[in-house]
Amino acid sequence: MSHEKFVYVTYIASTPQKVFEAITEPALARQYWGHENVSDWNVGSKWEHIRANDERTIQVVGKVIEHSPPTRLVITWASPAQASDPAACSKVTFEIEEYDNMVRLTVTHDELEAGGGMANGVKKGWPIVLSSLKSFLETGRGMDVFAKPKAT
Amino acid sequence: MAKPRCLLDKQAFACLLSRHASKLLPNGLLRPDAPVKEIDKVFKALADPSRRALLDRLHAKNGQTLTELCDGLDMTRQAVTQHLGLLEQANLISVQWQGREKLHYFNPVPIHQIYERWIRKFEEQRLAALHSIKSKLERKPE
Repeated sequence: MSHEKFVYVTYIASTPQKVFEAITEPALARQYWGHENVSDWNVGSKWEHIRANDERTIQVVGKVIEHSPPTRLVITWASPAQASDPAACSKVTFEIEEYDNMVRLTVTHDELEAGGGMANGVKKGWPIVLSSLKSFLETGRGMDVFAKPKAT
Repeated sequence: MAKPRCLLDKQAFACLLSRHASKLLPNGLLRPDAPVKEIDKVFKALADPSRRALLDRLHAKNGQTLTELCDGLDMTRQAVTQHLGLLEQANLISVQWQGREKLHYFNPVPIHQIYERWIRKFEEQRLAALHSIKSKLERKPE
């Protein structure tokens, strides 16, 4: 089976601590991601990606592989229905480095089944989430990640 | 007057704006010595058809080496290297090393920022206009 890998980079006028917290603190993530990433963040623990609405649907699950605040977070990533199938698990690495007086955030999503539903979904999702994270940390306001054109 | 110091987070955006304002000439144009803004680099990088062709190739197959990217293109290796350099500076591609291979990945985050800033708001108005035309035309005569 062939794999796909995506590498996303964004520069944010913020600090590594704030970027790291924005990813791992549910109260912050819900403001720009529309989801919360919930875990105790111990290596080996599970984490859940939960839609921040009344239904609180769990949309992605995985394990914490590495948690080194504020520079690196590595997690596995799978749909809840396929969590027990190692072949359906992909891997996400967040790397946070200082860059001048900004932060360079690199998100690498690796080991995705090429052309699969998850690969196609995250390919659309990450650019929106990362733009929203940048606006949130720089202006205090994220974007509506579920936004659709008005008159459809 | 002392220049405002650029602090992080909350003040950063306001501060960027005021710094930017000080780079404007009285006629509102950017001073020639003003630093190139992130978004300007993106537009400049996208303005060239060869660079757009390279992005298309990476979109079709992510994570290619320079040699793969040159394959079948009517450009010298040196020209491709220069184009890739500009794309990387504009943050439209990111680079990762895998052993001794330098792999290039398409990074659509800045394009999404252009979409948010320059496309979506205009598109919404147009869609609203189309919607009102459609409902007028489809209204049944009483």
